[in-house]
Amino acid sequence: MSMLDHLPVLVVLLPALTAVALLFIGDGSAGEHGGHGHHRLLWARRLSVASVALFGVLAALMVQRVAGGDILVYRVGEWPAPFGIALVVDRLGALMVALTAAVALPVLLYASGGWDSHGRHFHPMFQFQLMGLAGAFVTGDLFNLFVFFEVLLIASYVLMLHGQGRERFKAGLHYVVLNLVASALFLIGVALLYAMTGTLNLADLAIKVPQLQGSEAAIAQAGGLVLLVVFGFKAALMPLAVWLPGTYAASSAPVAALFAIMTKVGVYALLRVHGVVFGGVGDAPGAAEPWILPLALITCAVGVMGALAARTLARLVAWVTVASVGTVLVGIGLFTPAAWGAALYYLVNSTLVVAGLFLLGEVVASQRGEAADHLEPGPAVGQPVMLGLAMLLAAASAAGLPPLPGFIGKAMLLEAAAVHPWMGWVFAVVLVAGLLTIVGLARAGSILFWHVREDLPACTMSGGSARLQGAVALLLALTVAMSVFAGPVQRYTAAAAEQLGDRAAYGRAVLGEGAQTTRPYRFDAAPAVEAPR
Amino acid sequence: MTLSLEFLLATGIGWVTACGILLLLRGRSFPVVLGLTMIGYAVNVFIFAMGRIWTGAPPILGTGAPAFADPLPQALVLTAIVIGFATTGFVIELALRNRHDGGSDHVDGLSDDEQRRREFPHGDAPGQAGEGGR
Repeated sequence: MSMLDHLPVLVVLLPALTAVALLFIGDGSAGEHGGHGHHRLLWARRLSVASVALFGVLAALMVQRVAGGDILVYRVGEWPAPFGIALVVDRLGALMVALTAAVALPVLLYASGGWDSHGRHFHPMFQFQLMGLAGAFVTGDLFNLFVFFEVLLIASYVLMLHGQGRERFKAGLHYVVLNLVASALFLIGVALLYAMTGTLNLADLAIKVPQLQGSEAAIAQAGGLVLLVVFGFKAALMPLAVWLPGTYAASSAPVAALFAIMTKVGVYALLRVHGVVFGGVGDAPGAAEPWILPLALITCAVGVMGALAARTLARLVAWVTVASVGTVLVGIGLFTPAAWGAALYYLVNSTLVVAGLFLLGEVVASQRGEAADHLEPGPAVGQPVMLGLAMLLAAASAAGLPPLPGFIGKAMLLEAAAVHPWMGWVFAVVLVAGLLTIVGLARAGSILFWHVREDLPACTMSGGSARLQGAVALLLALTVAMSVFAGPVQRYTAAAAEQLGDRAAYGRAVLGEGAQTTRPYRFDAAPAVEAPR
Repeated sequence: MTLSLEFLLATGIGWVTACGILLLLRGRSFPVVLGLTMIGYAVNVFIFAMGRIWTGAPPILGTGAPAFADPLPQALVLTAIVIGFATTGFVIELALRNRHDGGSDHVDGLSDDEQRRREFPHGDAPGQAGEGGR
């Protein structure tokens, strides 16, 4: 077995081991520069960046391996599939891991510019977060998905509080409590599904859930709807999205930028569970299918309204995040492979843009002195041309102006929606949301860069270090690359969506031939032997 | 009339969950943490019950017993308990820190006065009679 056959587990192990090593290195007495502690921090940064770069290489290798349509299956401990935990990487999983790496590297570079010294253990927690993200994207087991959700959440709790402060603790308490409730609901949904099907393997579930009859099917659907609440909460689907802007705006900029990928974990899980396991077979609609599209449209609408009402740049970007997730979920809610392909393309781009906007927002804020990122006239920024152009590029991409990838994604999405009965609503909401996003961001941009109070001295070049701006530039360059290489990326996401629809191939890859008939544990069979009370 | 074990277990889970939700909706962080803990207990028992309720059935093969309980929910419960324990510890620490830094144990950081005013907007709070004209 070559080293590359271990790829699915390597992307989980690498951040985990790095995190442990970073804990041993420690960060000295963070917060105080100089002396021995500073050297430790430097080494922690180097190790962390090197590890994330290697993570990116592994992710790229994984994408390359699955691009042809193969499904990598890694049976941990060689236990046969429905019984042991299998790690399964298909095109979608590999894409999400690669996206994680693409966001994590610039964010880490940015954080290494100083944020990581504002509190303790930034780098180990960052790595644990990556471990949870990678694990959630590669696992082929529903309960294992819960465990990796918890890993990434616990790391995110600590990261969210990084830097501390009263506002952050308050928002942090809300964030943690809400997530703990969501975790409890996740367990209830998983338990209901297990009780009805006797399996937690996603491929096995995808085969067994459609076979359920009568009351068993109804209870499994109830479990699926409970999971919809959980994933909707993580993805910020509307009635459950109000926690997001406060949390993201209260976090430090690099953490908020990293969290841009956290909502996408919810989208991914939604696609995996409700798209594949509960995906309507034949005429029977899935449990969540009637809910996702209307809620996604509402999310989109509320997101842009929040963006228009925002008073700080961080809150504005957080609401733009909600709107972009809404747009992605509109694509998911259309339930056709073409729409899923478009939604995945848009997802990749919007994640990069939002992460870039969070970082850019802080660079701009740091050059405006007291006014910070409040959307009110303030002193002139130190580098108006460069930051202004970066802001323009990011805003145009977030809103979906041609020729940027946001436009390509939305155009494909609308094309896929053209045959749907809800076509009118989808067109209206997505297009108006795009317009209002550009209005909101243009308003922010003109206040930040043009409404200069002449009575105040022009501000410093703080936040102008090459590392901070390089990180922002890297993220923006990635979105431009999404546009330049739109053809290959679009073909890949379309193929990923097609692959999701082929549940038989997924089942064969994970469970082996003859998987259609495997039913290892059935409750109503042979009651004389099992003798339940 | 005898109560079946199933009935007791189901109502027990429901009751504990209801209490947990009630506590979770309180304004101070201590009841919220208690509520989370109770919901955690209820969920753990729920997972356990989803492996069906058995009597005299070991979850181990080869013991010669006539029936076997499903071992998987028991393993899942162990994982859920460990994770729940860790997160509860974290949320308690966070609530304490919030209380220390914000000077209030209200989840929105309200002071006692602010909270009383929010709950009793017309100034008819119990124990407030003497200060009613304020």
